[in-house]
Amino acid sequence: MSTQQAEPETQDAPDDPAMKGAESPAAEKQKGGDMVDERDESQAEFDGETVHIKVFRYDPEVEAKQEPRFDDFHVPFEKGMTVLDSVMYARDEFDSSLTFRHSCRQAVCGSDAFFVNGKQRLGCKTQISDLEQPIRIEPLPHQEVVKDLVVDMDHFYDQMHAVEPYFKSEDTPDASELEEQRQSRENREKVKMSTRCIWCASCMSSCNIAAGDNEYLGPAAINKAYKFAMDDREEEDIKEHRLRILEQEHGVWRCQTQFSCTEVCPKDIPLTEHIQELKREAVKKNLKFW
Amino acid sequence: MSQSYNRGLVEDFGRWKEFSAGMWAWIFHKFTGWILIGYLFTHISVLSTSLGAAGNEAAIMSETDVYTTTLQGLESLFLIRLLEIGLLAVAVFHILNGLRLLMVDLGIGLEAQDKSFYASLILTGAITVASVPTFLTGVGL
Repeated sequence: MSTQQAEPETQDAPDDPAMKGAESPAAEKQKGGDMVDERDESQAEFDGETVHIKVFRYDPEVEAKQEPRFDDFHVPFEKGMTVLDSVMYARDEFDSSLTFRHSCRQAVCGSDAFFVNGKQRLGCKTQISDLEQPIRIEPLPHQEVVKDLVVDMDHFYDQMHAVEPYFKSEDTPDASELEEQRQSRENREKVKMSTRCIWCASCMSSCNIAAGDNEYLGPAAINKAYKFAMDDREEEDIKEHRLRILEQEHGVWRCQTQFSCTEVCPKDIPLTEHIQELKREAVKKNLKFW
Repeated sequence: MSQSYNRGLVEDFGRWKEFSAGMWAWIFHKFTGWILIGYLFTHISVLSTSLGAAGNEAAIMSETDVYTTTLQGLESLFLIRLLEIGLLAVAVFHILNGLRLLMVDLGIGLEAQDKSFYASLILTGAITVASVPTFLTGVGL
């Protein structure tokens, strides 16, 4: 793999903040001109296919980088390459200051959700070959950007914890008996999809309502609550307690069925369907026929 | 981290080209809903201020009462006829999408929610086009 792929902005991108200053934004225009030449040159030397990615850059700690901008990278294409692979290559070969979260690289840890070509996607689960170039890679919308592609997840985690996402049962067997609390196959089937959530916050980021209402629990948290509210092993009054949390003003009723969350969920969880079912449960609980 | 960057409204309406079917359905439903409310109040105010001749049999028979002249006056305007077609389109979409939302609330066919949105758009278009001859006859052009 050729390292001569480096773009000008990455070649003169030392870790020294003072020198970074020279790179942007004043040098931005001049760079545009250079870039074309540089690219032709590098493509001449590397005659494989390259991928053009535009990555959102922002760093509040370096004065010259406080103005958000996009950096262009041309990374060598390999069959099966994902968006995460491309930004990792750009970080390792071109600009070590490029910052993003990633861990398992197989859609399990949920840390690399980005806004790719206008849609929330998992970097590791999105094939480069499926996207139109240049590929625009941005941090998740509606979350504060900490640096480059890293967003502040605290609020999302707060909402997730607000629904008490843990199994509660009054008659938990004594530890000495080591008895399992078995779930019926049918009941497991019912909550199956909801258990797949990897806390990537794509749904929350895509939700127009969550964007305007910080108190709204959001699709992920409601889905998490669905998993437990629909679990047969929990007693009726625990389910009541769960529904009381969900039916509050900023609970299930904020959902306006735009289906944005369902569209972007990388684990294909039918989020809107689950929210709608909880709405019906909440109504049923409050209906009285006297 | 003490600082962070808020991208503001660019994230919302600046992204309109990237909106999905469900998002458009939501926007159109709100929009048509507000138009219908606006129309309702206009309708009430126009009619309630044209009732001056109530009880005056002679004026009504000779079609010179306020109500008749007001409505005939409005209906003779081409713009009003166009607005009527627009009103029909808005109402039909709101009804069809309302049925779609009813199904969504009942949990029926959620996988096909985008198709039902497109269907309601197409049906609205067809009904609107079919209504044009009815609305435009007898307008003094």
